[in-house]
Amino acid sequence: MLAEDLHRMAAHERAQQLQYDHHIIVCSGTACRSANSEAVRQALEQQVQERSQIGVCTVTNGGCRGLCAAGPMVSVEPAGLLYQGVTPADAGAIVDSLGSAPVPHILCDTSAAFFSKQRALVLEFAGNLDPDRIESYLANGGYDTLLKAVTEMTPTQIRDEIVRSGLRGRGGAGYSTGLKWNTVAKAQSAEKYVICNGDEGDPGAFMNRSEMEDYPFRILEGMTIAAYAVGAQQGYIYVRAEYPLAVSRLKGAIRQSEKLGLLGNGIFGTSFNFNVDIRLGAGAFVCGEETALIASVEGKRGNPRPRPPYPAEHGLWGHPTLINNVETFANIVPIIRNGSEWFAGIGTAKSKGTKVFALSGRIQNTGLVEIPMGMTLREIIYDIGGGIPGGRHFKAVQTGGPSGGCITAQHLDLPMDYEALMQVGTFMGSGGMIVMDDSSCMVDVARYFMEFCMTESCGKCIPCRVGTAQMFDLLDKITRGEATLDDLALLEELADMVRNTSLCGLGQGAPNPVRSTLRYFRDEYLSHIVDKVCPAGVCKMQHREEVLP
Amino acid sequence: MQKLLVPAPSDDKRWRMVTATMRRHGYRRDALIEALHSAQEAFGYLDSQSLQYVARSLNLPLSQVYGVATFYSFFTLKPPGEHTCVICLGTACYIKGAGEIIASIQDHFDLKPGQTTPDDRASLLTARCLGTCGLAPSGVFDGEVVGNLTPENVAERLEEWLDHAG
Repeated sequence: MLAEDLHRMAAHERAQQLQYDHHIIVCSGTACRSANSEAVRQALEQQVQERSQIGVCTVTNGGCRGLCAAGPMVSVEPAGLLYQGVTPADAGAIVDSLGSAPVPHILCDTSAAFFSKQRALVLEFAGNLDPDRIESYLANGGYDTLLKAVTEMTPTQIRDEIVRSGLRGRGGAGYSTGLKWNTVAKAQSAEKYVICNGDEGDPGAFMNRSEMEDYPFRILEGMTIAAYAVGAQQGYIYVRAEYPLAVSRLKGAIRQSEKLGLLGNGIFGTSFNFNVDIRLGAGAFVCGEETALIASVEGKRGNPRPRPPYPAEHGLWGHPTLINNVETFANIVPIIRNGSEWFAGIGTAKSKGTKVFALSGRIQNTGLVEIPMGMTLREIIYDIGGGIPGGRHFKAVQTGGPSGGCITAQHLDLPMDYEALMQVGTFMGSGGMIVMDDSSCMVDVARYFMEFCMTESCGKCIPCRVGTAQMFDLLDKITRGEATLDDLALLEELADMVRNTSLCGLGQGAPNPVRSTLRYFRDEYLSHIVDKVCPAGVCKMQHREEVLP
Repeated sequence: MQKLLVPAPSDDKRWRMVTATMRRHGYRRDALIEALHSAQEAFGYLDSQSLQYVARSLNLPLSQVYGVATFYSFFTLKPPGEHTCVICLGTACYIKGAGEIIASIQDHFDLKPGQTTPDDRASLLTARCLGTCGLAPSGVFDGEVVGNLTPENVAERLEEWLDHAG
């Protein structure tokens, strides 16, 4: 495909869309699908037919609107209406209302803080694209940026833009994306690889799932630009097998891009070649760690290995390999399109751009939100999230999954950026944000995460394999009300040891939830141990009479 | 040197899926996980015949194939029941009571995670996170994602499966 073809296809699709006065878009993400959005779409199509609105109104699949708990979501363009909790029975009313007053009982207030306080960049299309059709992406400027990158920019210019933008890895650790790209670019090798890490293993995180389901083309375009910038010819997307919809969307996107020559040999008539394959994960949390992920792409057990050498120099089959998170790749197109200064203008001094968070747990508006870096936790929880339901009180937010920690009420005004989170003993993580209220027991939460790490430990290094099991036993003992203060001291000692001596991030991070809950909720541990009482009433204490010798 | 292709273990048409996957990857050794995925998709689980066929076809030691199959929790070496119920134990689901759902299934149906009922009607599995935290607690019933689970509505679904056995 050449530039003219791209522009012709985009213009054709836009003209097609303009033929319709109304455009009804039904969310087809996993959450809305399980709330029966397929039936809603069929009902809408049928109503359009019955009310002879064919040619006037079109019904298509779209992506996530963020408000997952209120699904199925349906939007109407160009009126800009959003409906929530739509049932097939509402279809007639929606079609009847086109061009006049909206259907009141299912109307969603898009001026609410949930929408108005967000800053969409990764999710800029707000679910309006049809994820199954490349034409829909092209009509909205898709692949324009890749065209600009490969025909007007040198690889060095692109990498400089990414460095200047200040983009940092969205997988959690926050390493500078530009520096990583430079390392891979400078490595001497005839073969180089780009890997997109879509092994979103943190329980409570579903940003990457949604990004892959809704914007597969955007991720492919970002990967292709990255491959051009570092000199790679082959890419892999590593996706969890637990995300079947994301897998099928990505497969479809690769097929369509290949057909148009946007992947393959001689992209846009240049000498640049790039191919992408999918690799399915198989349910191992440790594969989110980059060296374990590489082993898994090679078809082996997902055992990590010591770093250095880093994958940027010695990765897949020993060749320099660029591994970035899904969301990092999703940020590439807007940066190259709008320039690094524009991107660097969003966020805080050291954390640029936006971050997508998955809000869940004890919060009113569960779902996906994108905020500029530096927004306070209070704004996220109370304005966007709508606060805690059921008249209960906010207790803590867990970020960073099983390797993260909690943020308590005293830090509600903390600006969300990499450094600020690190200071209070947690980290950004991939974006899972689980809200807990006074009905959650922090010791039980720590025990839950330790059980997770214990089960997911690959077993290669002893501190992690044995240490997590020992810590789990101690935490379990505490939640049963059978522990002593000596056990607590032992737990703290083990936490330090496992953190300092484990091989990879899984083991090093495993003690974090314990350390973080001990830092802020030591009193809860003490009530379990000394008073044999669980303050939240979650743990079933085995009350036993003290037997005197 | 042309390597001799290993014949499928039987005439069962499902082997074609497995063979096709390996052929698509040029019988490269790194296609192991992909091959196991398609074998499990075709047969529902991985038996020793599947493992041996994949090992021979990709020219890998059986120990390595077995090692990979047992490392990843997505692969199962036991046949599943006719119906499967997966309860998500992700953090959001846990905070919202997934643990109680598991406990109540155990109490009512004498079924623990990883087990199948004696009549092979239903299997209970757990998942680390389905990524549908907005619907917590959630689960997958025969491939369909269902949200807002309670011990009661889960029991209802399970009873339906077990009654129809009857």
